[in-house]
Amino acid sequence: MDSAAVEPSLYTVKAVFILDNDGNRLLSKYYDPELYPSMKEQKNFETNIFNKTHKADNEISFLEGMTIVYKSSIDLFFYVVGSAQENELMLMAVLNCLFESLSQMLRKNVEKRTLLDNMDGVFLVVDEIIDGGVILESDPQQVIEKVNYRADDNPLSEQSVAQVLQSAKEQIKWSILK
Amino acid sequence: MIKKFDKKDEESGSGSNPFQHLEKSAVLQEARIFNETPINPRRCLHILTKIIYLLNQGEHFGTTEATEAFFAMTRLFQSNDQTLRRMCYLTIKEMANISEDVIIVTSSLTKDMTGKEDVYRGPAIRALCRITDTTMLQAIERYMKQAIVDKVPSVSSSALVSSLHMVKMSFDVVKRWVNEAQEAASSDNIMVQYHALGLLYHLRKNDRLAVTKMLNKFTKSGLKSPFAYCMMIRIASKLLEETEGGHDSPLFDFIESCLRNKHEMVVYEAASAIVHMPNCTARELAPAVSVLQLFCSSPKAALRYAAVRTLNKVAMKHPSAVTACNLDLENLITDSNRSIATLAITTLLKTGSESSVDRLMKQISSFVSEISDEFKVVVVQAISALCQKYPRKHSVMMNFLSNMLRDDGGFEYKRAIVDCIISIIEENPESKETGLAHLCEFIEDCEHTVLATKILHLLGKEGPRTPTPSKYIRFIFNRVVLESEAVRAAAVSALAKFGAQNDDLLPSVLVLMKRCMMDSDDEVRDRATFYMNVLQQKQKALNAAYIFNGLSVSVPGLEKSLHQYTLEPSEKPFDMKTVPLATAPITEQKTEIAPVATSKLPEKLAPCRQDIYQEQLAAIPEFQALGPLFKSSEPVQLTEAETEYVVRCIKHAFTNHMIFQFDCTNTLNDQLLQRVLVQMEPSEAYEVLNYVPAPSLPYSQPGSCYSLVRLPEDDPTAVSCTFSCTMKYLVRDCDPNTGEPDDDGYDDEYVLEDLEVTVADHIQKVLKPNFGAAWDEIGDDNEKEETFALATVRTLDEAVNNIISFLGMQPCERSDKVPENKNSHVLFLAGVFRGGHDVLVRARLALADGVTMQVTVRSTDENVVDVILASVG
Repeated sequence: MDSAAVEPSLYTVKAVFILDNDGNRLLSKYYDPELYPSMKEQKNFETNIFNKTHKADNEISFLEGMTIVYKSSIDLFFYVVGSAQENELMLMAVLNCLFESLSQMLRKNVEKRTLLDNMDGVFLVVDEIIDGGVILESDPQQVIEKVNYRADDNPLSEQSVAQVLQSAKEQIKWSILK
Repeated sequence: MIKKFDKKDEESGSGSNPFQHLEKSAVLQEARIFNETPINPRRCLHILTKIIYLLNQGEHFGTTEATEAFFAMTRLFQSNDQTLRRMCYLTIKEMANISEDVIIVTSSLTKDMTGKEDVYRGPAIRALCRITDTTMLQAIERYMKQAIVDKVPSVSSSALVSSLHMVKMSFDVVKRWVNEAQEAASSDNIMVQYHALGLLYHLRKNDRLAVTKMLNKFTKSGLKSPFAYCMMIRIASKLLEETEGGHDSPLFDFIESCLRNKHEMVVYEAASAIVHMPNCTARELAPAVSVLQLFCSSPKAALRYAAVRTLNKVAMKHPSAVTACNLDLENLITDSNRSIATLAITTLLKTGSESSVDRLMKQISSFVSEISDEFKVVVVQAISALCQKYPRKHSVMMNFLSNMLRDDGGFEYKRAIVDCIISIIEENPESKETGLAHLCEFIEDCEHTVLATKILHLLGKEGPRTPTPSKYIRFIFNRVVLESEAVRAAAVSALAKFGAQNDDLLPSVLVLMKRCMMDSDDEVRDRATFYMNVLQQKQKALNAAYIFNGLSVSVPGLEKSLHQYTLEPSEKPFDMKTVPLATAPITEQKTEIAPVATSKLPEKLAPCRQDIYQEQLAAIPEFQALGPLFKSSEPVQLTEAETEYVVRCIKHAFTNHMIFQFDCTNTLNDQLLQRVLVQMEPSEAYEVLNYVPAPSLPYSQPGSCYSLVRLPEDDPTAVSCTFSCTMKYLVRDCDPNTGEPDDDGYDDEYVLEDLEVTVADHIQKVLKPNFGAAWDEIGDDNEKEETFALATVRTLDEAVNNIISFLGMQPCERSDKVPENKNSHVLFLAGVFRGGHDVLVRARLALADGVTMQVTVRSTDENVVDVILASVG
């Protein structure tokens, strides 16, 4: 937890990720190639953090030499990771912007199903907030304008009647098999 | 396709993740519809999302399949669906490293970046820069310059950030955009300001003057972005640190003014910058501490955390500055965020009074199991600091530590606890038995070899001297039965120490040792056999030499000497005395758990310092016949700090000679010195044999010259001498700019300060872990005793420090620490005199008006005893 003088830099965010309530990765970006370069290390890190944070909604923690700010919503967990020397409030600004933007985009339904239905929008939001570790935008209103994404009003619209019937058939089949 | 998902979804029963059972091959198969006309944006979008999702999950794409998908994707640029286009940019960025020929999209991206659709332009720039290399960058340079000064903020920001990413790759190209970045910095948009500032700093950071100018400009014009302010504070504090600027500098004023900014983020950054400044006075800290105090009662957890973490740092250096916040910190110790509570408590432990310790410890033990290892280490460090401050509290601490030791935890955490317990044991003799008992219990179930061996070593050292040594034997022998090789070997060594010191235990130890001789590991067997034979002799002197006080030579030195010996076979047996001694005995120095990582570095370097000198000197032909280097002194300054030439001297002692190494630096940029040497005039019968000059001494490049001196042979007691030194050299004036010297020069000289050689230069520190045994080992053949009155000294502490620094010997048995409120003290010192003679000093000190000192000296050589006594008197 020592802090030497921070080299002035725009590279604020080391990683950002969204996990579900079992700790599975839904989206994650690592911006520092030296930090957990392999997928295995990344997932380990995520599991570790999830285990330490999912029980208590504490907003901020310090793990494996990293400052982590986080937030949960229904069955989702949002994390922003920065170095130990990083200004915690800057990380918080990123987390808040991410959450607010998604909340607006998903019309306040920040939960796993809606998020996954609009995954393309989620990728775009993250891309507009952070670029390679640099905070690109911190105002949710701006982010939404830039992404200009319309969430599906009715996720069923694409599914044709035939498909609905098909899935109903499947369900019946399963209930019989049981 | 969607059908397939739904089915799988239901089968898995999780029901909510449409991406759960994606298969790469199936998705790539689907990607074929990219080629259908007309393009179906919705379906294509869905497939692109799946591809990105798979990449994000860590799915590996082969080059061929990635390239195939990538090329199919490029067709989608024909569609005008906004989201689809944006997802294409994302795919390009994600695949930039795995697909081949990604540059094929360059023209499409360049078109989007300069097109009319503002929504596309920013993301297109970022995608384009991701796939661009240095050569291609030149081609798009014109567009980048335009984009940086574009009036649309997202375009400008994207261009600035992308340029920043490319600084690493093509600094020279990006450097040419500095004017554009400068223009962007005056934009109204806060993010553009921030990004421009960041880029400008990265381009100019090696030019301190330019950075200072830039900072001046922006502090005056007043930026709006809080992020930019944070960046400026960091730049300012870095400048302050580099220039060692005083706290009256305008930079400091700027940082302090930021404490009144309306953004909490900026206020916190400024406070944190002030707190981290080296040598900050209490008055300068006060405003920073008071804003942090305000933050302590914020409803935002992150702000409370940030504040208390920073206060914790302040408390390490300036506990008194934080006492004003004690009340606010008290409120945080029940904070639901355990990290905040832990930090608050550890801060209070540093600033609070002795009476609050029990209460705080109780509080923290209620939730210590909930916090992460990192914070547990913080707690242990706080306890360790506390034990030094309030030694009387050690029983509370010891209990707490032993509980922590039983909990689960990683290596770092356990090591911190063990170090802390060991330092408590060393500081408080009365806590020794409980401490050792806790450690014994710990090694019964310890998975860390390093810790187990460390504890065994400690048991061997301390155990035999406790009232009931027998109770430790069981714990130690258990290790021999149960553990890995390294631990077993350490356990055997520990056992031997019990046998050597306690006669009544010896028979049992010998029985156990016999069992160890059957061990499957070579090292363990060797040690057991060796100790067995030594112990059976039942001679105190042997025990002392081979069991308690091990080798004190430097390991690299021994390796080199042995190698040398094997290269030149001779009839003579190998002589241990030719091996250089270890310079800094690392153990038994106070095991302070240093909170600052930087302080650990010099410690690691120290032991090899002498080996470096040995090598340097051996490379000079004149000095080859002198034998091994015995001791090198710390550098002595022979000039004032700010003079034309800076000279310092290092004294190297050999068996019959001394070499004086003069490290000279020429601080005049219009002079070149040649044939530099330091002429020495001894006051005693020392004889200067040889000078080795430094051939050339250009401006600000240090060089060394040497003088070789023979010590008087007929009078071995003449150990101190004063040399008057004069530096002689040939000066050649030169051009300050080019460094080109004139053709001819003139001789000149420069008088240096006198150089003293004292008794300490002839004695090498050696640590005897068991002083009593070593004392008996040398015996009283050459013992002499004398009493002195030290009239000028007022306290025992002062007397002890004076003696240690005067004789340059190693204090043993922690006798350099005088207990408080005592009127008498015994100091044990050990060392080796030049030529390899062991010398031990016992000084009994009594405090009356002044300090009376009775010195007893023992050595293997009679002359040495005389030397020491003569020099003390």
